[in-house]
Order: sequence, then C-alpha cells, then structure tokens
Amino acid sequence: MNVIMAGVGGQGIILASDILTEVAMRHGYDVKKSEIHGMAQRGGSVMSHVRFSKQVFSPIIPRGECDILLSFEELETARYLEFLKPGAWIVINRYRLPPPTVSIGKEEYPDVEGIVREKTQRFMFVEADNIALSLGNRRVLNSVLLGVLSTLLEPDVATWEECIAVKLPEKVRDINIQAFRKGRETK
Amino acid sequence: MKKILSGNEAIARGAMEAGVRFASAYPGTPSTEILETIAKEFPQIHAEWTPNEKVALEVAAGASYAGARALAAMKHVGVNVAADPLMTLPYTYIRGGLVLVSADDPDLFSSQNEQDNRNYARFAKIPMMEPASSAEAKDFVKAAYRLSEEFSTPVMLRTTTRISHSKGIVELGEPEDPAEASLERHPAEWVMLPANARRRHPVIEDRLKRLTDFSNSSRFNFIEINDTSMGIIASGAAYQYAREAFPDASFLKLGLSYPIPDLLVREFAAKVKDLWIVEELDPFIENQVRELGIECHGKDRIPLCGELSPDIVRDAVLGAEKKGAKPLNLPVRPPNMCPGCPHRGILWALKKNKCFIAGDIGCYTLGFLPPLDAIDTCLCMGAGINHAHGMSKVLGDGKKKIAAVIGDSTFFHSGMTGLLNLAYNRGVALIVILDNRTTAMTGAQDHPGTGVTLDGSKNIDIDMEGLVRALGINWVQSIDPYDVAMARQKVKEALEQDGPAVIISSAPCALLPSRKVPGVPLRVDADKCTGCKVCLAIGCPSIEFKDKKAIILDTCTGCGICKAICPFDAIGGDV
Repeated sequence: MNVIMAGVGGQGIILASDILTEVAMRHGYDVKKSEIHGMAQRGGSVMSHVRFSKQVFSPIIPRGECDILLSFEELETARYLEFLKPGAWIVINRYRLPPPTVSIGKEEYPDVEGIVREKTQRFMFVEADNIALSLGNRRVLNSVLLGVLSTLLEPDVATWEECIAVKLPEKVRDINIQAFRKGRETK
Repeated sequence: MKKILSGNEAIARGAMEAGVRFASAYPGTPSTEILETIAKEFPQIHAEWTPNEKVALEVAAGASYAGARALAAMKHVGVNVAADPLMTLPYTYIRGGLVLVSADDPDLFSSQNEQDNRNYARFAKIPMMEPASSAEAKDFVKAAYRLSEEFSTPVMLRTTTRISHSKGIVELGEPEDPAEASLERHPAEWVMLPANARRRHPVIEDRLKRLTDFSNSSRFNFIEINDTSMGIIASGAAYQYAREAFPDASFLKLGLSYPIPDLLVREFAAKVKDLWIVEELDPFIENQVRELGIECHGKDRIPLCGELSPDIVRDAVLGAEKKGAKPLNLPVRPPNMCPGCPHRGILWALKKNKCFIAGDIGCYTLGFLPPLDAIDTCLCMGAGINHAHGMSKVLGDGKKKIAAVIGDSTFFHSGMTGLLNLAYNRGVALIVILDNRTTAMTGAQDHPGTGVTLDGSKNIDIDMEGLVRALGINWVQSIDPYDVAMARQKVKEALEQDGPAVIISSAPCALLPSRKVPGVPLRVDADKCTGCKVCLAIGCPSIEFKDKKAIILDTCTGCGICKAICPFDAIGGDV
C-alpha cells in the first residue's frame, strides 16, 4: 500500500504520516516513510510518502504506484498526480492557501478539480478545516483527514485511535480522537 | 522491541548502544537530528554543538585519544570545513572508536551543492559505510566502532537525505558499557611532524590492504543470487531503488563501499551476464570496479545528477523513454522568509541604498527570491564577507557600494576570520551581521552567541559589538531592523566610511519565543490603499493583492515593516 500525504508546512502532515506508519507497523507490516522537510516552516510544499506491505525496499513511491493521495491543500493535489496508479483514490481537503505568485496577483489559483477530473473520477472533497474548526481547534484537521483515510484502509479503528493517543500529547488527545471519528463519518 | 526511527534517530540510537560517550556537530540539513536525538534521549552521552565542523571533528578526535568512543556528525559540505583534520587523523593512532557521519544531499533539497562524500573516504584512505535503511543505520554505527578500533582508523558513515529523513522499523538492542577514559601519551602516533607522519604513511597503506581483506569477508557486503542474466552492485538508497526496480536480478550489496571487496566483486562479475553499478551521484563504486579490469554499465546510463528512484533506475537501465503526461504548469511554493522575519527590514534598507549584497548561508539567502531580489552571491559558510572584500579591493575601495550579510551562527562558524581579514587588510565594505540569536534555517539551534548549550545550560554571553571591535573594526553600530527608516539611515552612514563598517541587525528570529513582533495582525485601510504595490516588494507571505488593493492575512505578526514603507500610510494597527 502506497500513500502520499501532501500539503504545506504547518498542516500537521509529518505527524499524520507518523501515525499512519505506526498503525501499519502494529498491523504487522514492514513500513517505510519518506518526507521532505527542513524548509517546511517557511511556507514550502510538504510531501510524505508512506509505504507498507510484507517487505518494503524503496522509501519513496515510484511514479504510477501510489494507491491513495491524501491532500491537505487543493493545489498541492495537482503536483502529485503522476504518482497515482490507475484506480487510485484522492482525498482532497477543501482548503486553498494561495502560493506567493497567486497572492500578489501574478498568477491564477488553478482549477484543481478540473485537473483532477481529467485524471480520475475517484476523488472526494472533505471539509477538514471546517470540521476541525467546529471542534474548536483548526490544528486537528490532520486527524480529520486520517479518519477519512482510515475508511479506505484497514478497518481496525482501535489501533488507529491507540496510535493517535501514543503520538499526541495528552492535552490534545481527546479532541484529535473526536476529529478522527468525525473524519470517519465523512462520506 | 521494535520502533519506527528515522535514519538520523537510528544513528543516535546506534551511538548509544555502541557506548559512545562524546558526540559533536554543527547543525546542517539533513544531519541535524542526530545530535538533537542524542541530546534529548541519551543524556549519558556528552553532546555538543560546536561553532563549526572542523571543531566538531577535532573535539571528537580528542575524546577518542582519551579512550572514549566519539561521533562527529555534519552535512556533506561540513566535511569540507573538517577536511583538514580529516586528512591527517588517519595517520594518527585512533584509540577510542571515531566515527564521522556525513549526511549527503543528492538533489540539493537544502544545500549549495550535491558533492558525493564517499570520495573523502578514498581521499583520506579510511573505510566508508553506507547504510540503506534505518535498521542498517543503527547496526552500521555499532559495526563502525568495532572497525574503527580494530584497525585504529576513523570510519566514515555516509547517509543521504533519503536515509537520514526516511523512517523504518528498527529492532532496539542493549547498550554496551562505555570504555573508561584515561590519559595516555603516544607522541610517535599523535605528533604529526614530518618525521612521524612519514613513518605513519606506510601504516595507512598497509591498513588499506587489510581493510580490503576485511571488506571481502564482511557481512555488510553480500551476494544475493537470483536471475544471473543481470547483476547489480549497489549501495545505500540506490540499492533499495534497484532492488525494487529489478526484483528478479542478482545483487552484490555493498555496506562497506570503500575499500570495495575485490574478490567478492570478481566472484559476482563472473556469475552474472550483464553487470550494472547503480549508485547516486559519482561513479564511486564503478571506478573501483573498472580498476579491477571488470567491464560494467553504470554512469553511461544512470544519471550523475540528482537523486535516483525506482522508476529512474528502471528507465535508465532499460533505456526507456521518460513516459508520462507533460508536466502541469502549476504555481510554485518556494520556501520564503517567514512573516515577521527581521531579515526583511535590513535587506530592504540595503536594497534601497543600492548595495551589491554578498550573501551567505542561512534563511536570509531566501532574500534572493523575487520580489526582494536582494542577494547577489551565496557560495559557502562565511564566504560573503570575503567576497565583499575581494570585490571592493579590485573595484577600488569605496568606489562601489559593497555589502555582505551574514547570520550570527554563520558568523561564529566561519565569518570571524573573514572580518579579521577585512580589518587587517583595510577593506572598505559594509558587513551586516544578522543577529537573530539562533541557527534558524536548520530549525533553531543554539550557538556560542546565545551561550546556551545542547543540554540547555547557559555558559557564556557573547557581546557581539565587543567581539567585532576586538577583531579590529572601529565603526560598529547595532540597529533594530524593524525600524526601517533608521536601518536605511545607518546603512547610508556605514557606506560613507572609508574603512570597514559593521552593522549588527539585532532582533530575535520571529519563530523564537523571545521574538519582538507583537503577534497582532496589521490591517490595510482600503480607502487609503492606492494599489501601488510597494508593500509587495518585501515579499511577505502575509500580504495578498486582490481587486487592486493590498490585503493583510491573519498570519501577519504585526512586525510593521510594510507599514513603515507604505507611502500612503494605508497600513495600520498597533505596532
């Protein structure tokens, strides 16, 4: 199973992919993840590859072999379409953060839905930011998206929730579990 | 017990399990987390940030001479700084195991070049180990210490970004007891005068032969026979890519890639029909294989530049056309200086004074990007001051407005000698020290300027102005970079000096708890905004332009730099 999580610095992508990695290990899989960070805090694109199966060699997903793209920001979705395998699922958070050239009016924010639709019909939009805000903390949007992701993967909810609990400080544990459950209810 | 660790975390864990007592580093992507993990999780190891990588390697060597196992970690270009001790250390008696971790950065995710540091192992005639996963990273560190002590040699362990920053499952082991430190004297092996060094050189050459024997029998080099029509020799991340791209091929996997196991290579080459060497960057293994008189494919097809991947390896070996749809033309999202970054104010002031700005390594290098377009050179740590001096001398001192900018951490790393030179040789240039009290680019590490060490204690307090004066600079002024008008005025004054001038632009990084920005967003008065776009020129990510007006987003920190430069007084709020 190959999952790409994509978005921008500060959206909790690294943590979300850490949780998925932990879930996969606890299910007995070999697992590897690779991400590009380092300049993420400075507004750059962030991408994390998570791979799990009986044995994983490369920590990065070859082009054309990604099963699920979990996108935290609309435009970021469009950057990774060439990684998708036929029949792959795309989950897109309905959230736009305009890149600098768009902010200053030099370029248009692209029609992401149109671009995605040309590639596949297997995509869904999720209002993760709004769901997180309705729970009172926008930062739990990553747990909302993990909830959605969990419905496309192993059904063992208990392991997911254990791993969220292990990876998060106690103060924000409950709200993240709530967010995860809200995500699971999203269809 | 199994745990998911990054390559860097696994190296830290391996150091602990190996009984390492001393670890040193200067932060640098992708190596930084090695020391951070040691400091956080293994307080039994003395871990320290050093001002630069040369210091890091030398203090680690000192610990080794005293009988302790020691580790020095750095990014690939850091090894250049440490190259002086690295070249002579192999001549000396290595008492406690000494491991140098070099984290290379193929594809330049966060670096100024993509040099292949395996070449250093050959240059210094020391063993090179290349882990291909987190699990191997931990095991290899432990093996590297045994190797280092058995052969009395420093050992290099090379990761790449994909090894350092990828995570995988690691089986945790029990720690060994650290060796007791003790003072011994070995002048014939430690005092590298010509007479001693001359005697030590043949020792190295002999050791290299013995290391080749070791390489042939090492469990880190092994053959996996499968379909013999294709045989691949690979190491590090490239092994994983090749293994995935060609699951049916035969492999010779090299964990110890210098010196290569000559007998094993011959044995493998004899067993397979087509021999391929798959490696990232330089033909390091390939050249060693060819020196054995063995024909192979390698860099005739595998890219020399950038990192590899399973699909790149597959396409290169099969000679396939690069397939896939034409790339979409999407707006890019380059890293940018953060909202509230103090660098913006002083770079603006330099630009308004029409300076040529020699840059250096740090967040401020991002000031190169449009719309700020403020950085004119960036070579390596500490180079900016020296560029400015050299340019100024041949252009005629004072004839052109030449400035250099350098961060505080970079200044302590290798800027001080340049500034001393500027004063000593009476250069005329403006040097701006961007004193944001941290090593920001690598994620906010302390340094001698903050006086806070890796264990959180505060030992010294450096007076930056006093230090600059002590280096022979008479004109030194500290400014608040958020006061843009004052910054502009001070830059003008500095450029009028007929000798070296230093401005200390003093404000904590906007991401530090000690930051001086108010944290309350400013607002644009839409009635006053004429859409002149002056505020856009500082490249702040918190300013948008929509319907011919500037808009300030909630990410604004209220630093006030845009307010200060707005010609129509249209930006307001508490500053």
